[in-house]
Amino acid sequence: MKLKQLETLLGDLQQFTTPKVELEQYPTGPHIASRLLYTAENSFDDISNKVVADFGCGCGTLGAAAALLGAEQVIGIDIDPQSLEIASMNAEDLELDIDFVQCDISNLGWRGQIVDTVVMNPPFGTRKKGIDMDFLFVALKVASLAVYSLHKTSTRDYIKRTALRDLNASSAEVLCELRFDVPQLYKFHKKKEVDIAVDLWRFVPKRSRVKDN
Amino acid sequence: MRLLTHNMLSSNIKGVTNGFPLKIQVEKVVEKQVEINHDFLRNIFPKIDWKAFSDASRIMGYDEMPEEPPEPSVLELNVEFLGKFHHALLELHLEEGALLCPETGRKFPVNKGIPNMLLLEDKV
Repeated sequence: MKLKQLETLLGDLQQFTTPKVELEQYPTGPHIASRLLYTAENSFDDISNKVVADFGCGCGTLGAAAALLGAEQVIGIDIDPQSLEIASMNAEDLELDIDFVQCDISNLGWRGQIVDTVVMNPPFGTRKKGIDMDFLFVALKVASLAVYSLHKTSTRDYIKRTALRDLNASSAEVLCELRFDVPQLYKFHKKKEVDIAVDLWRFVPKRSRVKDN
Repeated sequence: MRLLTHNMLSSNIKGVTNGFPLKIQVEKVVEKQVEINHDFLRNIFPKIDWKAFSDASRIMGYDEMPEEPPEPSVLELNVEFLGKFHHALLELHLEEGALLCPETGRKFPVNKGIPNMLLLEDKV
């Protein structure tokens, strides 16, 4: 599938009808989502025929992109039931076979080495401090191959240091810097649209670690 | 929820020492066909907890999975078996029902195929 084609399909997906500010719900735009998955697949072979988990899937954009690029199995996880309903509908509309689970990432009971790749656009931690690192911590425990994640460019050094030192990453690389359009979704947003610089990261978990059951 | 996903989920209740596997309570099972991928099945086989998977498949109404895990050579040579393994792992969906913590018995409902693993203290 060509990048443009992927971007178009993702652009048709339904997004949050009433986004919840406390969960930092922002849609992952088709531009970023298509590029994230396209890179993961074409540069690293981390998507097709693999088991891919979308952490904090929201309306399921990243998971859908993974499925469209040939992931064998996609699982979307989110805490919010309304988002999961929309994500389900989106998967059905695109005739994609995606499993969804409702739970809190920080309290994810997950066993074994079945998930190959985790893709995510986690909350940045503007409402609940440190939640971006909670997501990364769990992702690195769950993924066998790689974790792809978006984090604010302003946190770049902190993330690299923490991932390598505390979260058992054997490597942490910024693949590219992107602009994330945050549209005027919430009442407290004064500007019509704001651009946030975000880094697309690829983390590789240490293999020697024993996964707990 | 298909059985591949069930094979990953475990009870996240505090204090529980062994929360895997979750017991399945069936209300409605739906079968959805997906294309078979032999290589994927051979790769995933060693990562599956076989007992949990074969027990679960029987509860879902499918009796073809042996209690003991097959030899890997069976997956290499027996295409018929691969088809059955594929069916049990990826084509059976628990649409309505529940998953139960094996230690506490606490119910995690499954609606429209989506298990709700939220505990009261997780609620936003």
